[in-house]
Amino acid sequence: MGILDSKIPSGPLADKWTKHKNDINLVNPANKRNIDVIVVGTGLAGGAAAATLAELGYNVKTFCYQDSPRRAHSIAAQGGINAAKNYQGDGDSNYRLFYDTIKGGDYRSREANVYRLAEVSGNIIDQCVAQGVPFAREYGGMLDNRSFGGVLVSRTFYAKGQTGQQLLLGAYAAMNRQINRGKIQSYTRHEMMDLVLVDGKARGIIARNLVTGEIERHSGHAVVLATGGYGNVFFLSTNAMGSNVMAAWRAHRKGAFFANPCYTQIHPTCIPVSGEHQSKLTLMSESLRNDGRIWVPKKMEDAVAIREGKLKPTQLAEEDRDYYLERRYPAFGNLVPRDVASRAAKERCDAGFGVNKTGEAVFLDFASAIKRYGKEKALTSGLKNPDEATIIKLGEEVIEAKYGNLFQMYEKIVDENPYKTPMMIYPAVHYTMGGLWVDYNLQTTIPGCYAAGEANFSDHGANRLGASALMQGLADGYFVLPYTIGDYLSDDIRTGKIPTDSPEFEEAEKQVRDRMAKLTSGSGIHSVDYYHKKLGKIMWNKCGMARNAKELEEAIKEISDLRKDFWENVKVTGTIDSKNQELEKAGRVADFLELGELFAKDALHRNESCGGHFREEYQTEEGEALRDDKNFKYVAAWEYKGEPKDAELHKEDLVYENIELKTRSYK
Amino acid sequence: MKLYLKIWRQKDASSPGKIVDYTLDGVEGDMSFLEMLDILNEELVSKGEEPVEFDHDCREGICGTCSLQINGEPHGPDRLVTTCQLHMRKFNDGDTIVIEPFRATAFPVIKDLIVDRSAFERIQQAGGYISVNTSGNTVDANSIPINKHDADEAMDAATCIGCGACVAACKNASAMLFTSAKVSQFALLPQGKVEAVERVQNMVRQMDLEGFGNCTNTGACEVECPKGISLTNIARMNREYLSATLKG
Repeated sequence: MGILDSKIPSGPLADKWTKHKNDINLVNPANKRNIDVIVVGTGLAGGAAAATLAELGYNVKTFCYQDSPRRAHSIAAQGGINAAKNYQGDGDSNYRLFYDTIKGGDYRSREANVYRLAEVSGNIIDQCVAQGVPFAREYGGMLDNRSFGGVLVSRTFYAKGQTGQQLLLGAYAAMNRQINRGKIQSYTRHEMMDLVLVDGKARGIIARNLVTGEIERHSGHAVVLATGGYGNVFFLSTNAMGSNVMAAWRAHRKGAFFANPCYTQIHPTCIPVSGEHQSKLTLMSESLRNDGRIWVPKKMEDAVAIREGKLKPTQLAEEDRDYYLERRYPAFGNLVPRDVASRAAKERCDAGFGVNKTGEAVFLDFASAIKRYGKEKALTSGLKNPDEATIIKLGEEVIEAKYGNLFQMYEKIVDENPYKTPMMIYPAVHYTMGGLWVDYNLQTTIPGCYAAGEANFSDHGANRLGASALMQGLADGYFVLPYTIGDYLSDDIRTGKIPTDSPEFEEAEKQVRDRMAKLTSGSGIHSVDYYHKKLGKIMWNKCGMARNAKELEEAIKEISDLRKDFWENVKVTGTIDSKNQELEKAGRVADFLELGELFAKDALHRNESCGGHFREEYQTEEGEALRDDKNFKYVAAWEYKGEPKDAELHKEDLVYENIELKTRSYK
Repeated sequence: MKLYLKIWRQKDASSPGKIVDYTLDGVEGDMSFLEMLDILNEELVSKGEEPVEFDHDCREGICGTCSLQINGEPHGPDRLVTTCQLHMRKFNDGDTIVIEPFRATAFPVIKDLIVDRSAFERIQQAGGYISVNTSGNTVDANSIPINKHDADEAMDAATCIGCGACVAACKNASAMLFTSAKVSQFALLPQGKVEAVERVQNMVRQMDLEGFGNCTNTGACEVECPKGISLTNIARMNREYLSATLKG
């Protein structure tokens, strides 16, 4: 087991969380008033945690780089949130949600954590409805559900294509209630620059006011990092432009282990890259795979003709189309998990069947759904023999009601009408399953430093199922962390306010200032974006959807060289003591240049394929991922030892007591 | 295409600002408006000049961070899009584009094109929530059936992204569309009824304190709103406010 203690409670799986809650220490309400908690990041996990902690009586300070907590990137989540409510009566249960999530993660997550997630999933929906989140409803006034990839039930709750927005506004409203009461102090346009440790415990942060450039010291009895994922290490991703790894990486450098950095989710349905100027990629929700069918032409000459604009996809006869997901995975069809769908798209495009100019796109086609819905709508509207045009018109109305905002977004970006011609999509970096290692209490390897939501590694294993990120963020924030952190804070009731004039704060602030001075002192040849784009290309080409030892070794060398180049030659305009977006980017890219190397190192060491981590050397004859449970059934947690190449590996063995390890099959 | 840009530059809140001319070549129709500015900034940085600062984050039209008054219109000439989803195919070779920050007393300029919209935060903190604790044992979500029409209408109001385009579009710099969207979401749902009276009063009071202007039913806000928030919300808020005043 080594030095990692996951602190998983003993006892039967279904009783662990209840038992744990009964066993841990509580802080009485009067003492909570003397305890300060810092929450960095205000997305679903951070916002929910901050609101709940403040509600319990702790003094909370929140920090976000955005100008409002509600702009955190959770807001961009489209499709939905899972919960084992079984409102559809289709046989769902906590166990099934647990099982689907473990299997979806390719047996690389902790049983106890995932079961807890499933267990509180229903509470999340109750909580959100009570807060006024306007989930989609059926005509009878009951909540509606839809299906997502990798499961055989309908358990996804949604608010049109803006579920993340609505859930975040709910958490934000809960925060506002506490801000109004004076229990949360919200620091917006502030970035965490470093974590401060006193006597080995996380006791505060150094933050930069992004408007004035001032460096500030903030102390607390515990620090919660809910700062999201690191997908922007690829430069192009579906993350927000400002999403970054700085807070997590600073904590890593101070002693928090970083787990499974190579587990990245490449989402199958994104709008393809249009050119070199591209700054980010846009997701088309997985919910579209409920009704959209994915295909490429069967014949190479048709693919070529479509690429050259000589043939329209709508002209291609049904028998000349290859619905490759339905062909390869008949049981799950278009709703296979994301990693499987992405690899299958890459396989077809690599084989030469891509359908756009760059050859890196496949079709997502709604024509048959439009007809199916149109017929049904005609019947329920009392039309006995509707003509084709009426059916299509009615069908398009149904599709618009379901996915209108996504279709509009597609049309604005691509300038094509997806009601009339199939969408073109291609996989893009979307989510990172890896993150700070945490125990069952969500505590990192630094006492008092917690990580929640995408920032931690805990629940999704090697691949995250759709509509599970929102579930995990809110589970961590509303229902897990506020309890578990009390166990730690119960030792702090006599500590008193943590002073910020200690040598530890002094030293941390000095390091932050020195680093910024160093960033702005380069000879100045290339912009920050130049380096970020270069890093992104290395990551995408050598650490992307398919990886191999040779290229990973090259990536490690190239990233290391690029980092050296960056520190010598980056050009950062403006000054340290004022609003300076170039300086903000520079600090973030500097950390990506370290993380990227650790990412490649982790991918290189994991000599197996699992979930989103596909090593070309380890695949079955049919091209499916080949796991190696004998040698790699563990969490890889890396300890910082200076340069990323020197990081030390610690293994947490994954114990499966309730689920039998099997080869994942969606056939 | 080649574009002539006239961009507001302002060092900080206390310095005077001015329009500065830039010429930018090689712009393509597939670029978003912000990617066009990225290219300009890349050129400026390579010359050692300070880039034009502007607010942006998700670049998919949902976070509400991006702003910009483009040729006099918030989020530019296209309808139902934010600036980050405005594409350059809406412009022609040789066009002159004037780019300014959102203008309102309640939105002071921070730097260049970035304004401070924290007034919106304070309006929501004044009452934009339902007072329910995170207990894990609130009633089952399906125990409160909600008429689909009401739920959909609440959702339409709730799609407001709080970008401030309504304020920038209004000749009075009124925040009525924003505030009313937030009030409406809760007013339409049974969960929100309990605190309805205090909510509308507190939020409107804060809105007035922030220095936003009054609504004169011009309707520019609705036209420019990237999310199509309807003026009906303002009528609903007025009704809520009136009835709250009568009750109060």
